[in-house]
Order: sequence, then structure tokens, then C-alpha cells
Amino acid sequence: MKMGKVIGNVVSSQKDATFEGIKLLLVQPVDETYKEYGDPLIACDVVQAGMGDYVLFEGGREAALAMEDWYNPSDAAVMAIIDHIEYDAGEEK
Amino acid sequence: MTLGKIVGNVVTTMKHEVLTGHKLLIVQPVDKEGKARGKTLVALDFVQAGIGDTVLVIEEGNSGRMILGDSMAPVRSVVAGVVDSVEVSGG
Repeated sequence: MKMGKVIGNVVSSQKDATFEGIKLLLVQPVDETYKEYGDPLIACDVVQAGMGDYVLFEGGREAALAMEDWYNPSDAAVMAIIDHIEYDAGEEK
Repeated sequence: MTLGKIVGNVVTTMKHEVLTGHKLLIVQPVDKEGKARGKTLVALDFVQAGIGDTVLVIEEGNSGRMILGDSMAPVRSVVAGVVDSVEVSGG
């Protein structure tokens, strides 16, 4: 899993039937100090995350398994909302 | 499997049910000398590892699911062992 920040929503009307009713979030990867890196990606939401939330997301086949109906073409899923990150020797950031 | 060092942990309340009851560790991949390489990742803990520990990390879905004992679990990265020492041949 990787950490990321939800920076937006994607609204799509014409989409694969297996994505019906699933929120699509724009996620910016961040590191353990909340610093952004790389390009944002779109992930399916399974934990009711919202704008500004720091989240854990998984890519690949595991993303599809995270959804209620596992037979879907998702390649990224938000799996948890981060309350806080403890980084190095218990130091909180 | 690769070597990694635990550099932190992540606390979550709202999460996928499969993550419930497992510690989520931030793992920094390291080389054989213990030097950091690449980006950190978040892995499920199965061996009661803690910050500062050098560990064995599996980053492959089927292995992760096998350790979890659930063939449909959406889990890829798991911490599968705490490393006591690494012996490297001098060559």
C-alpha cells in the first residue's frame, strides 16, 4: 500500500457497469512526511474518503479485490483513511 | 522478498475490513548494507515488528494472501519476518 492525499473527485456518467455507484477519487501520492511525489492517479473509494483526507491506497489486482464485487477492472482503490502517521522513533508529524 | 527497515506506522480508523486488527508499518526498502533505497511503502505486520527493526517484506499479492489465509483479500505488502542479521560474502 502507499500513502496519498485525496485532491479531487472524478465524475463519470458513461463508464464500465462494474463502476456504477462507486466514487472515483483523484489521489496524489505522498511520502511519510506528507510530501507529495509523482503524478496523481484515480482510485475507487471503498471507505467513504473525502477531499483533503490522507489515505492508504493499493494498486494492481488487489484494488479489484477490495471492492464488493471483485470482478471489476479497477487498478487502484482507497483502502483506509489515515488518522495520523508516526514516523521514525515514534516522532509524530 | 526484500529487506526493509521499519521507519514508522500508520494509524487508521476507517478502513477496509481486511486491515482490521493488523498493525500498518511504514517500510523503507534497504540494500544489503542497510542503506535506504527507493520509496517507502505501507505493509501489514504479521510478526510484531517495530520501529527500527530490519524486516523481510513481501510485496506480492498471492504471497500476502497466503500469509493472511484468505485467497480473496486485497492485500499485497506484508512484513513476514524480523531480520536478526544479514551475512554478506566478501567475495
